[in-house]
Order: sequence, then structure tokens, then C-alpha cells
Amino acid sequence: MPFIDFFNFQPKNELEKGGRQSAPIAQDDNEPAKTCPNCHRQIPLSQLWGNDHCCTNCDYHFRMNSRQRVSFLTDSGSFSEMYAGLCADDFLSFPGYPKKLETTRNASRETEAVICGTARIDGRECCLFVMEPYFMMGSMGVAVGEKITRIFEYAVENRLPVVGCTVSGGARMQEGMLSLMQMAKVSGAVKRHSDAGLLYITLITDPTTGGVTASFAMAGDIILAEPGATIGFAGARVIEQTTRKKLPQGFQTSEFLLSHGFVDAIVPRAQQRKTIGSLLKLHSGGAENG
Amino acid sequence: MAENTAYDRVKAARANNRPTGKDYINALVDNFIELHGDRRFADDPAIVGGVGWLGGIAVTVIAIEKGRGARDRITRNFGAPNPEGYRKALRLMKQAEKFRRPVVCFVDTSGAYCGIEAEERGQGQAIAENLMEMMTLKTPIISVLVGEGGSGGALALAVADEVWMLENSIYSVISPEGCASILWKDSAKAADAAQSLKLTAQDALEMGIIERVLPEKELGREGFYSVLRAELCAKLEELEILPAPELTEIRYRRFRALGAQQLAGE
Repeated sequence: MPFIDFFNFQPKNELEKGGRQSAPIAQDDNEPAKTCPNCHRQIPLSQLWGNDHCCTNCDYHFRMNSRQRVSFLTDSGSFSEMYAGLCADDFLSFPGYPKKLETTRNASRETEAVICGTARIDGRECCLFVMEPYFMMGSMGVAVGEKITRIFEYAVENRLPVVGCTVSGGARMQEGMLSLMQMAKVSGAVKRHSDAGLLYITLITDPTTGGVTASFAMAGDIILAEPGATIGFAGARVIEQTTRKKLPQGFQTSEFLLSHGFVDAIVPRAQQRKTIGSLLKLHSGGAENG
Repeated sequence: MAENTAYDRVKAARANNRPTGKDYINALVDNFIELHGDRRFADDPAIVGGVGWLGGIAVTVIAIEKGRGARDRITRNFGAPNPEGYRKALRLMKQAEKFRRPVVCFVDTSGAYCGIEAEERGQGQAIAENLMEMMTLKTPIISVLVGEGGSGGALALAVADEVWMLENSIYSVISPEGCASILWKDSAKAADAAQSLKLTAQDALEMGIIERVLPEKELGREGFYSVLRAELCAKLEELEILPAPELTEIRYRRFRALGAQQLAGE
């Protein structure tokens, strides 16, 4: 059972209580390091990068930007980006939005919260979209909706499967009702792709919530999740305020969704490329016959 | 009379004396028979669905119901549906498709319920499935926002051929209070947030999100309902003529176009 054997990974809440005891990590004092939010160990950057951005001690999956994810998931040099310049302005004159866009663009060096294109994964051709956590936490506005819709339409025309990596706080409040409408727009494109007999795999990463969970993240033929990711519709704080109840341990984690039947498998990074590649291969007959 | 601010409309949309989903069904639909349950888990009282006659047309009608009076409101969860509510709605829509009945939805919710059990039963998945399935449902759908149109929980019943809004209804990606607390760490600034969010029916019309704004002058009275009934019937008759592939193609294009004008940096 390679999918579910995720190196004894435990839910975040469990681990955050203080981390686990294990052998110290060999470290050169001069090398820059990052503290694992889970086990609080200092992990030298070279070790982190060499381990798919996973903690070498507890296998906590560090956040990855979209370019890192593309390069780690796809065959070297196979990614060809599409719709790269597409973005939206502050069309509602929303307070603070231009400043927010400027800051987030500088921080992420991306023009929008998703990158799309074609790529090969383990030798298999596919369309790919990867959301960007460092761009307003993958917030979905009209440009994100348009780019993902286009990649699905392109996939239908070219009879390609789509692999989508989600990370998002939900619809982008600064773009008002029109960002809400992107949920419907993308869902329509996903449905057409599905009706054309083509495969859509989602890889849900930390965190995926709100309008993205309630549309294309949960619409995959096969839904994969990274270990320990937060996945939900409503935010945990909102639920606590609404219900005045204490949330159960591990609530809204990948493991919680797996046990409740809402994801197909939890796949650690080390196995993602192989797993997705195998799934693409397994479904390639369908596309050719369709 | 002074122009209503966005927040005046938010308050009007939430007002207790406003007609609720069941009022629309009772006033507009003859011989309504309520059909319960999602056939998976439970019946969600926050969504009322069934069949009946709208004028001379057999319809499936689905309405979010906030409830009347304290006890009923609690039973109806204040109009905040659980996943089983959305699944019931989808079941009834699929049934409508099978029997070639058009669907009319009345939407009035602050949002899909934010509860522990709602998450356990897949609130996100339930909404996602409605969005996809409604897009290709082979029968006409008209959705009317009659009060609050709260985010994904409202959209899950509003992927339609035509979406109409009452003059004082609202449609928003987030509540003004939620928006204010994120933006200014102060939910008391909800009025400013309401203004910024552009959540009124008039805003929606200008952005091409809805087709019609319905005046509320006689809201809740016979005159109001008879005009609404006549308008719904006329539009359904128009839509019913279209062959299913054309109908769903137009519906797809309707949503496909949203946001296109706001794009830059091609």
C-alpha cells in the first residue's frame, strides 16, 4: 500500500505539542537552516532541498512555491508555461488592493496566483496548473479563474489529462462577486473536460479552503493530498465561532478527509511523481480511445 | 428619498419580516408537493424542494428557507444548508432533468453552514458537485436571489440560465462583517466593507452576473407575486424551446464570460 504508508506521518496537531525525540541532525554551523514548524528542529537548507522540501527528521512537508513544485513534479525541462502574463487590475477600486498586489507580486515574483502549462510527468504528457501559496495564499480572482478555465479548454481540444495542484484561502474578496463566479466558471470547464472522457487529478496541498475546495479541488476524478495538509470549506476559527465547540484533533487534515472518504489517497512528496505518472499511464488508453 | 447605501440593502436583505423561501413557494406554486431527503444521509430543513405548478408549467422548485419564528429558525438552521441540503437539491434537479421539468430556485442564505459535521460530510465536495452538475443539466434553470446570496452556499443553487435578484437582495463572496474584520480588524466597519464589495443587485447587473433586478415595491403582496409568476413563466417558455445542447452551451458561455472584461496583461 504505497499510497497510505506515509512514513508514519502524524497529523500536525499531534506533533505540534512538542515534537519527537530522535537523533540530532548533522549540521555545519555556518550553513543557513530553517526551523521545522512541526518538530522544531533546525534543518540545513541543503538537506531540505535535497529532500523535496520535507523535514529530514519528521517528514513535515514544507510549503513549496509553484515553480519549485513544477520542477520537482515534472520531467526536467518539459514544462511549457501558458497564459503567463494574464492578470487583473483593481477593477472594483477596493481599499488597499493595489498595494496588496504590489507587495505580493514582489514577494512571489509571480503576476498571479496560479501557473499553467503543459508538461510531462514520468514521461506522460499532461496539462498542469499549480497554485502559488506566496501570492495572496493562492487567492482565486478572475485571472486565476480564467487561466485554469483556459487550461481545461486547451486540454479538451488536445485530449490531454489535467493535473492540478491546489493551495488557496478561497475566492479573492478584493474582486468581489466576480471572483465567486470563477468557481462556477472553472467548474463548467472541469465538467466539459470530464464529459470528454478525460482524466483530472487533483493534488491538494496545504492549505486548500473556501471556494477552491468547494469547486475544482474536490472535482478531480482522483483526489490526492499531501500529508498533513489543511483541507476544508470553512476556516477552523469560523467554525469554532459559529458552533462554540472545540474542534476534534486532526480536524480538516488530509488524514481526516481520507478517513471521511473525501480523498482517494495521501501521497508523500517522495512518491508523488511516480504515483501521478502511474495514474496518467493507467488512463492513457481512455484518452486515445475517446 | 435618499439613495440606499449598500449596507442599507444588506440590512433589508436580512430583515426578519422579509418573505422567506417557503413564502415564495406558497404564493407562486400551485399544488406543491414537498419531496424530502438526499437519499444519502438526511433531510436538510434549510432547503425545501418539491414539485408543483407554476402557472401552467410543471416545475421543480427548490428554496433555501431561513424559517419563521424562533423555533422554526432553529429547525431550519437559519437558512444555512448542510451538505445533505445541497445533495437533496441536486437529486431533485436530476429528477427534473429526467422528467423534462424546468427548475426554479429561490436563494436566501448567509452561506453554507460552517459546522464540524458539515465538514465531516463534505460541504466543499457537495457544493463543488452542484456547480459541475448544474452547468450541464439538460433542463432550464432560473435562480432568484430573494435575500442574502452568501458566497458558495448561494452559488450552489445559482448556476442557472438566468439569475435574477430582488432590488434589496445581495450577492457576495464574503459577508461585509467578515470582510471588515479581515481588512480593518473591525467588524463594526461592515458598512464600509459592504460598499467596497459591490454586492448589490445593481452592481451584479452592471457586471453581467445577473439578468434582472426585480423591484420590491409590493414585496410580499399579491401584485408582486403575480408579476414574478408571469415573468418566470414567460422566461421558462422561452428557455424550454431550446434544444438541450444549445441550452447548456449558452449557460456555459454565460459563466465563461464572467471576468473576461476585467482581465489585463494578455
